[in-house]
This record gives sequence, structure tokens and C-alpha cells, in this order.
Amino acid sequence: MKALNVPKIDFVGKRIYAIIFSLLLIVVSIFSLSINGLKFGIDFTGGTLLEVGYQRDVDLADVRATLSEAKFKGVNVQYFGSTKEILIRLEPQSISSAKLSSKIIYLLGDDVDIRRVEFVGPKVGEELTNDGGLAMLYALIGILIYVAFRFEYRFALGSIAALIHDVIITLGIFSLLQIEFDLTVLAAILAVIGYSLNDTIVVFDRIRENFLSTRHTDPVKIINGALNQTLSRTLMTSITTLLVLLALFFLGGEVIHSFALALLIGVVVGTYSSIYVASSMILALGISKQDLLPSEKEEQAIDNRP
Amino acid sequence: MNQYSSLKNALIAFFLLLSVLYALPNIFGSDLAVQVSSAGDKLIAKSDLDKITDTLKSKGVNYKSAALSNRRILVRFDDNASQLSAKDTLKTALGRNYVVALNLAPSVPLWLSNLGGKAMSLGLDLRGGVHFLLEVDMHAVMAVSIDKHYNELRTLLRAERLYKSIKKEDERIVIRLKTADSKDRALKIISSELSDLVVLESNNKDELSIHLVISDSAKRDAKKNALKQNITTLRNRVNELGVAEPIIQQQGLERIVVQLPGVQDTARAKEILGAVATLEFRMVDEKNDPQTAIRSGRVPIGSKLYYFKDGRPLLLKNRVIATGENITGAASGVDQESSTPMVNITLDSIGGRAMLDTTKKYLHHRMAVVFIENKVETITKNGKTIKKRTTTKDIINAATIQGTFSSRFQITGIDSGRAARNLSLLLRAGSLSAPIEIIEERTIGPSLGADNIAKGVLSVIVGFMLVLIFMVMRYRVFGLVANIALTFNLVMIVAALSLLQATLTLPGIAGIVLTVGMAVDANVLIFERIKEELGLNSNIQEAISSGYDKAILTIADANITTLIAALVLFGFGTGPIKGFAITLSIGIITSMFTAIIVSRAIINKIYGGKKTKELSI
Repeated sequence: MKALNVPKIDFVGKRIYAIIFSLLLIVVSIFSLSINGLKFGIDFTGGTLLEVGYQRDVDLADVRATLSEAKFKGVNVQYFGSTKEILIRLEPQSISSAKLSSKIIYLLGDDVDIRRVEFVGPKVGEELTNDGGLAMLYALIGILIYVAFRFEYRFALGSIAALIHDVIITLGIFSLLQIEFDLTVLAAILAVIGYSLNDTIVVFDRIRENFLSTRHTDPVKIINGALNQTLSRTLMTSITTLLVLLALFFLGGEVIHSFALALLIGVVVGTYSSIYVASSMILALGISKQDLLPSEKEEQAIDNRP
Repeated sequence: MNQYSSLKNALIAFFLLLSVLYALPNIFGSDLAVQVSSAGDKLIAKSDLDKITDTLKSKGVNYKSAALSNRRILVRFDDNASQLSAKDTLKTALGRNYVVALNLAPSVPLWLSNLGGKAMSLGLDLRGGVHFLLEVDMHAVMAVSIDKHYNELRTLLRAERLYKSIKKEDERIVIRLKTADSKDRALKIISSELSDLVVLESNNKDELSIHLVISDSAKRDAKKNALKQNITTLRNRVNELGVAEPIIQQQGLERIVVQLPGVQDTARAKEILGAVATLEFRMVDEKNDPQTAIRSGRVPIGSKLYYFKDGRPLLLKNRVIATGENITGAASGVDQESSTPMVNITLDSIGGRAMLDTTKKYLHHRMAVVFIENKVETITKNGKTIKKRTTTKDIINAATIQGTFSSRFQITGIDSGRAARNLSLLLRAGSLSAPIEIIEERTIGPSLGADNIAKGVLSVIVGFMLVLIFMVMRYRVFGLVANIALTFNLVMIVAALSLLQATLTLPGIAGIVLTVGMAVDANVLIFERIKEELGLNSNIQEAISSGYDKAILTIADANITTLIAALVLFGFGTGPIKGFAITLSIGIITSMFTAIIVSRAIINKIYGGKKTKELSI
């Protein structure tokens, strides 16, 4: 049995650097999001996507030539995973909608293996975008209510600040690198919300416990203590999660690639934010021991006065 | 201290055994099979099973087993070739009252399936197949509804000679009347006979007019009926296509989801699902010349101009002898004389009688068959999306009536054998009550499906192994305990998914992988807490106990918030997101059980109540 050595890192004292760092990332993210935007997949824009497998290596120029003869507009052809597989993307077309994929399959000839066809009508895409935004909003509201109910409103605001921080930065990286943003990435971002929150709640739980169990009232000391006590757990969980995500990223196949990437980014950012952002936020909002005492006792104390 | 009662231990063991049992069906793989089910109301019986086995034996097709369960017969095969030849053989032998389809049947042992054990149901992205989202053109439904009410109203009011004029304006009917008295009477008739119509009181400057719209409840009913009727028709068509385990479901108020596992020919599936085709039988107007009508621009009263597919015009009488609705049977074939494709038609009694009367009266006249197709498409033009509605009416043939006939006859003059097959299928399955449009399609080829499974399983295994190794390195014996808990967690997720028959998709597998990573969190929390307690307090038993106790609240808080996120995902998500949310939610719940209770039970067995000096943590 080893003697336990809780690290004594002054996280809170260095928060000014963290705040500058976070603000910088957020500004860059928002800048990129407003200039480049996100590269939305057909799930959101509507359009047609075909994944086609060939027996041998295929020349993209040939495929492009075949498709441009048919006068499709907004055609994008690229390799997908290997040079034997290609991905064809088309904008919503003027000729017809659902028949488009059949036409392309016909144009490509018989010796190809149609691995995947996705067609999303413009209206469906629009709805998915709205629903996705709403899903994120409702998830945040649900979490806000639960945390406010279980802890205190400052904790709720702190955790939401951390979540918004994580989401903006993850989206920002997707925008900067122009990685395709599809439905699965949206799911990943919602999972990041869940994960980051998990992390934040563990830290908050400890902060509350320490506030209530010690005589210290200096919030800086208490928060620092809690962060150090939970540090090894925070890192351990991040590492195990990152391990499986790396497995998913490298072995899960192309379809799951951006999903795994979004989670990888999100877990790293989420771990950082639960250490720095969430606790800085509650400190800035002025948390104190009094705020955390159970309210029933207060009421009772008042009632018992002569 | 630190001992569970034997009852509690027994309960835990029971739960774990149960989950192992229900996860078990997934390891048996599946057989190539042909599935036979009933296309109509008739139930599949034991006699059908005998007929199938006899047919296969007589044709020399080898099969592994054949069994009747869940109102369907599954015939299993060892190889692909006999599966395919069996499908063709059975399709011809059994006829139209049965759906014969290729399928993959899980080869779960009988004792296990008797206990309710089922393998997980795989999503289309894992097994291959087509997913369509269809939207019913409710605009057309309303137009039909307005038409119907307009006609009824006109007939009623005409009987009493009440109106000056009556016409349709968009979604309303406007009646102009002669006198205030006739207005009152008209209103009375409307309220007593046509309760679905609502009188618009406002902006009614003209005293002698009535503006009517269809009531909201009637509109709702019309839409609901159209959707229901379309679902029935689609189900018939899918049955005709021969698909094992299709899903045809309403989604929202205007949409229908159709999932066809294993279907590869999407072009045909689309053609068949989307077609709103029907037939009309009309007499040719032999007295007038179509060319004259075109030149003068005046079509004779009682007739209308129609065209053949190649553009030849013909004048047809307005009166319809019979329509597709009167058709009870249709089968494609080849005309013996001309050796061209044809469709054999059987009419119901009403259609048959009308046909008999007509053919008697108009012997040696020509009768035309008109093919009517309604389509709706969303297209993007100059950046704007518009709905394009088209109705095509083509004459497929116009033949001289050689003799009287009633309910059984043939239609010839069809382009190709494929067109004849599609036409007969559509006539059999019934027509859609309103045009539908495919607004979303997702097709996954079988090779990609198999690929996705292989990659998904590989990443689960590798991720899982990495976590196992890491946990043992960090927490030794406790790490080992966490690993056992984690393994049970995986088993429980699989068991839960199998029991719920929730569909496993690739994002679902990703959810499992993520759960594996996050599930150890609970154990990490507990173990770190125990370590801390050991630092504060030298009593090992107390350290374990308070480590667990103190961590549990944190774990619950953290997991409940994640569960909220997962439930929101489930509520809002469609297909792929839902799959992810399901496995994530199940994973969170099972991980609480395994990480807290199962791991505690094992730790108790190892250290509980013993005088241990050191913990291997």
C-alpha cells in the first residue's frame, strides 16, 4: 500500500492563463464558424451521396467525366478509404429527386458495387438541422434544471458555460479543418455534452463536499483542493475513454471517422473545461459555503427562534 | 463488515446468469433461409409446411431444416445456390397468396428460443437494405376531398334548384343564390346533410352568397385516412415484392417509413412503391375524328382527347366503364398469338356487370385502356425548391370488342415484359389514395453492411482490451475486479438489446464502445476514493466501505445528467442517432449496476471481513 500523495497544483491561481487560452480558442472558433462555416453533409443540406466500390483502382477523372456528360451540377467525387472506393456527392438537382441515384448507378455501369446510397430531400435536411439545434438546446435546458436542482444555480451556470465552451470549440475545429459535419457528428457532440458534464459534475460534487466538510471558507482553497483530489480520476477516465475512441477512430471504418474525431476532440476539450472553465465560472459567480447549506435547515433555524 | 448477505449475492448471481443467457443467442450466427409468410388474411398452417417440404424434395433442392413459427415458415439452407433455387421454386409453386423472400435466420438453439432468447436485430447499415421516407401529398388529398364535397353539394342543391352559381375557389366552395329565402334553405340543407362543411361568416359582403370550407376535423380525418390507406397499399406492394421482415410505419402526420432489409434492386423498389397508377376502361368515340378536334380546338361534347404513348390521338367517351378499383386480380403473361406481353385482368362483380352491358351494346366498337399515373416530385430550380405534380394519362391500347365478356379478359399492347409485370403488380396491390414522394433514401449494400459489422466488432474488442490492460496496470486486483464488472456490463448491454429487440446500428456500436470507456469511470471514482480514504484512515475495511458510499452519490449525479442528454438524443433523433442514444442509455444504466453492485460483491468476497493488511489497489 502506497502512501497517498494528492498533488498540490494551483489550478485556480493559474486560471487567468486558462481564461485567456479559452477565450482565444473561442474567438478563433467563432471567427472560423462565421467565415468558413461548417461543411455540412447531405443530412443537413439535402442531396445525394453514393459510395461505390470497384474491383480495381479507379481514376477519379474518368468518373467525373462520365458524370459531367450527364450534366449534373454540384458534383463532388473523391476517394473513400482506398483508391478502389469512391464517394460521389451531388447537390439537390433540377431534373428529379429520388430517381437521381438510379440514374447514376446506370451511368457507372455494371461492374461496380453500390455500397451505399443516401438521398435526403431538401425539406428533410432543413428539418434535421432544426431538430438537431433543438435537441442540443433541450439537452442543455434539461441539464441546467437538474444541476440547479441538485446543486445550486451557480453550479448550473458553471456547467452550462463549460458545455457551451466545449461545443463551440469542437464545432470550431470542425469548421477550421473543414471536416464534414453529418448526423453522426451531431450525435457525437451531444455525447460530448454528456461526457463533459459527467466530468464537471464529479468536480462540483467534490467542491460541495469540501465546502460542507471543512472549516475553510476560502473558495479558492476549497476549489483547488477538490480539483487536485479528483485529478487522478479525471485523467484516468479521460485516458480510458480516449483509448476506446482511438480504437474506434482507427478501426471503426470511414463511416464512423468523423464521429470518433468529434468525440476525441470533445473529450480532450471537455476534460480541460471541467478543470478550468467550470470552476473558474463558479468562482467568478461568487460561490460560498452559505450557498450550499441545505435550505431546510435554514428554514428550521428560523422557525425555532423564540 | 463489507459482506453482502447471501440472498443479495444470490440475486446478483441470478441477474448475471440471466444476462449471460439472453446475450447467448448472439453467438450462434445465422443461416441462409427462405421465409414464407401469408400475403393475405389466411394464416400459414401445418399443411403449407408439408407442401413446401414436398415441393423442395420433388425438385431435388437440399435444405437443412424447415419449421413453422410466428406465423411464418423458415426453410434453412447450407449454401447460397440452394437458397436461391428454393426461392424461385417455391414462388412458382405457392402462387400469389404467399410472400416468398430471402432471409437470414438466426440459428438460435430451440431450448434457448423457447426461453424467449432472440438475437439482436441488426439495423439496415449492418445487414444491408433500403430505407425510404415517403411523404404523402396532402395537397392532393385535400383537392380530392374538396371535389367530393363539391359534387355532393351540387347534386343536393340542384335537386331543389337553389343556386345561381356554384364553384370551387382554392380550398373553398362559393355558392351564389337567387334569394335570401333560398339561402336559408341552402344553409339548412348544408347543416343537416353535409356536416363536414363549415360556413365562413366573415368577409361575406355579398348577402346572397355562401362561402364554405371543409372543417378542420374533416380535414384531419381525410388526411388520416389517406395515410392509412396508403400504408395498406404499400404493405401490399411490399408483399408482392417479396421482402422478409419489412417495416412500414407511419411517421408523423404525413409520412411513412419503409424499410426493406436485404433489397438490392432499389430502382425497382422505388418504381413500385412510388407509382400511383390506375387503369380506366373507356369506349372510343368512333363518330368524331380526333384530327378535326385538334385542328379546330373543339372537342365534341361527351368526349375527351387522349393520346397513345407514341403520340397518336384518340377521342374517348367521358363515361368510364370500369376503373382500377374494380380490378380484383391481375397477372402478367405473354399473348399466345402475337407473343407480346399482356396482363390478364379479373374484375369484381360491379365492374364485370358494367363490362358485360357495354360489350353487348357496343359489339365491334373499340374499347380503350387508359393508364393514369400521378406523380409528385420535389425539384430544385434556381436555388428554390418546388413541388412538381404531374398526371399522365396514356392509352395503352384500343381494341375492337370481338365478343361479349364480363369479368375476365386481357390487356395487350404493353411495352415490355417488365412493364407488364409492374402493371399487374400495381393493379393487384391496389392504388395509392394520394401520390407519395420519396423524400429520403438510404441504401446500404450487403458488402458494406458486413464490413460495418466487422469493423464495429473489431473496434469494440480492441477498445475493450486496451481498457482492460490499462485498468489492471493501474489498479491491480481492483482493476481486475473492474474488468470483470466491465465484461458483465458488455454482456448486459447485449442481453438488454436482444430482449428489447432494439435495432443495433453502427452508431449503436459506437455507443457501446463509448460506454465501455465511460463505464469504468464509476469504478475509477470508487477506487480513487478508496485510495484517499486509505490515506486518511488506516482501517482497510472502513476505507472500502466509505470509498463506495461516498462515490455512489457522485456516480449517480454524473450518470443521471448523461442520461438526460441521452434521452434528449433519443427523443429528437432519427435513425442513426436513435441507435446511438439507445445503447448509450442502456449502457449507463447497466454500468451503474455492474460498477457499483457487482464490483462490490466481488471485492467483498476477496477482502470482506478478513484481516487484510494491504489492498492491491
